[in-house]
Amino acid sequence: MSFAVPSDLEKEIDDRITHYPVSKRSAVLPVLHALQHHFGYIEEAAVEWAAAKLELEPIQVLEVVTFYPGFRQSAPGKCHIRVCRTLSCAMAGSYELMDKLCEKTGIDRSGVTHHDPIAVSADGKFSIEFAECLASCGTGPVCLVNDDFHEAVSDVDGLLSQYQ
Amino acid sequence: MSEEKSDLIDVQINGEWHSFPKGTRMIEACRQAGVEVPHYCYHPKLTSPGNCRMCLVEMGMPPRPRPGEDPPEPDENGHLPISWIPRPAIACANTIAPNMGINTESAMTEECRKGVMELLLANHPLDCPICDQAGECSLQEFSVEHGKGESRFREQKVKKPKNVDVGPRIRLDDERCIMCSRCIRFTDEIADDPVLGFTDRGSHTVLTVYPGHELANNYSLNTVDICPVGALTSNDFRFQMRVWFMKETKTIDVNCATGANVTVYSREDKIYRITPRQNNDVNSDWMPDSHRLNFHWIESDARLTDPLICDGENHRLATWQEALATSADKLAGLEGGEIAVIASARMTNEELLMTNRLIKHLGAGHVDTVTRMGEADGYLISADRNPNTNGVKLILGLDDPGSQIESIKEGIEQGRIKAVIALQENLVEDADFSAELLGKLDFLLTSYPLANPTADVAHVVLPSAGWAEKSGTMINVTGRLQRLNKVIDGPGLTLEAWEIVRDLIQATGGGNGIYSVTDIFTQLTQEVSEFEGLTWGQIGDLGIPLIETGETIPLLEREKERVARGLIVG
Repeated sequence: MSFAVPSDLEKEIDDRITHYPVSKRSAVLPVLHALQHHFGYIEEAAVEWAAAKLELEPIQVLEVVTFYPGFRQSAPGKCHIRVCRTLSCAMAGSYELMDKLCEKTGIDRSGVTHHDPIAVSADGKFSIEFAECLASCGTGPVCLVNDDFHEAVSDVDGLLSQYQ
Repeated sequence: MSEEKSDLIDVQINGEWHSFPKGTRMIEACRQAGVEVPHYCYHPKLTSPGNCRMCLVEMGMPPRPRPGEDPPEPDENGHLPISWIPRPAIACANTIAPNMGINTESAMTEECRKGVMELLLANHPLDCPICDQAGECSLQEFSVEHGKGESRFREQKVKKPKNVDVGPRIRLDDERCIMCSRCIRFTDEIADDPVLGFTDRGSHTVLTVYPGHELANNYSLNTVDICPVGALTSNDFRFQMRVWFMKETKTIDVNCATGANVTVYSREDKIYRITPRQNNDVNSDWMPDSHRLNFHWIESDARLTDPLICDGENHRLATWQEALATSADKLAGLEGGEIAVIASARMTNEELLMTNRLIKHLGAGHVDTVTRMGEADGYLISADRNPNTNGVKLILGLDDPGSQIESIKEGIEQGRIKAVIALQENLVEDADFSAELLGKLDFLLTSYPLANPTADVAHVVLPSAGWAEKSGTMINVTGRLQRLNKVIDGPGLTLEAWEIVRDLIQATGGGNGIYSVTDIFTQLTQEVSEFEGLTWGQIGDLGIPLIETGETIPLLEREKERVARGLIVG
């Protein structure tokens, strides 16, 4: 499938770049966010598109993409779940929450590595990864599903039913 | 400080006061004061990101008086006391300030170095016994001087890609990489081919070539030279020889008129490696891969090792005496107008002076050299692929080298020219003489390092030394006189071209008292006005400007501009 940026997205990206009048390079994060938000992940063609847009070398954009765990280089599921595993949530049961979410969505995390942290369900509906602190340490365990924030998650079935 | 010294700044380094120009980096001030500051990422020809932290030093400035307090009193030399700052500063990216104090020997500085070394070694493989860099590795050297001697790290070392093919000439071991980023900056800033970068930054940082690309530009091997560790290694040199066994000889590159300064590494008459040698007037710290790797022919099976004489159909081995006597016989009955001498702009000035003597002695009526023009690459490679065209112009007095070649061909065709002496040139392959045309000659003598089609049809073939097997001087494209130094002995009975020409002159009845290449240089200083008053020693390792040519070297011009903008030290 060839990579093409729709004109309204490009317009939005061009607008974001204008917020950084001194150096286009500074706009690399907002541009990547916009691309990931639209496409769900940042493929190689997107890296090259962003580099051309910002007058950078592709390797300079790839450096940024690989630095932030928030940027994905492969396609996630329709609903992407991030489970917090930092101290408070870990103590409040985030690992159990992860296991339960995997069980209910049928996700196999055995192939997950440091460089490839995301696991996707066979039907492509759900994907999951651990995240670092989501800034709600008093209400663990917490998780993000797409852009929705869920605190003190105990009812996994109820949570998932909102995204079926 | 007095008025006329106002652009100089006084800095105290390890207790001693020194003066440096304003804008000098702390690390350069220390170097000029003879104080070494260990470093990995800093390179004077590249920008300074300050990321290795090895050059941390203790720094101080005069104390600032509190409100109502008297300012500190200067001592009899005008220096104020120094109040040491309780945190270290990197010496590579900071410039000096008036009355600054730098302490590279303090407990804090030593502690910083120890800490940086411990962190760098935590994940560094201890494979020095099989690492090509061992013996010339900054990490090894600073471990000896500043390391702890033992590691407190008890965990598993991080696994990273090994034996990665990053380009046609280079291999990468990411576990050995200490993330100094010199190679990244070189490919970006000097080679204009920014394909390298750090991905997965953090504890798993890896040096990466952008997917689908390779590090293949013609300057890529310079990254191997500036890599402070064994992360980047040259495919041509890796595992060939331990560096401490090799002899280093300073000489110059002869693949183009730039005459890049090089160090040739050899052991027992075999060359293993060539690296660029710093000369800010010629090649900075760099050289092209194509020139660097063009040395393997020196040990080719095609090397001529003995003089050869053609008896009718075939060549047979001969002694030098026999070959020279045969040549003298053949030349004896000829008029000067029947003799052409084709010399080479690959010859040294000394060889050219002897050639000029031969020309005069024989009264040769036709003289030229073979040109080699290519494309300049806009970096270091000159369009003129001959190393000593300027020497040819000065010493043989040829205003337009190469312009007589066609008329020499015509002369042979018409039978006017009966003998050709082709010194250090292969006329068939490099000057478009056909073997058939050369077959018309009564006498063809050639000297060359390798067997070649011209030698095939020559009556006398004399084996000559290659560029690494002889000494002399050459004049580069900018008019700089530089020394070519002998690295190894030539194979078999080869002689340097100046010896061959000297012996030819003697065999044909001319006498001279020349026993060494420096004898000829002395005569050059007496016979060629541009050389007047020079001595062999004066040329030194870096050469001296001899003539004005108006030519510049593009890469140097760009570096000068970057120095002027304060981006690099230079």
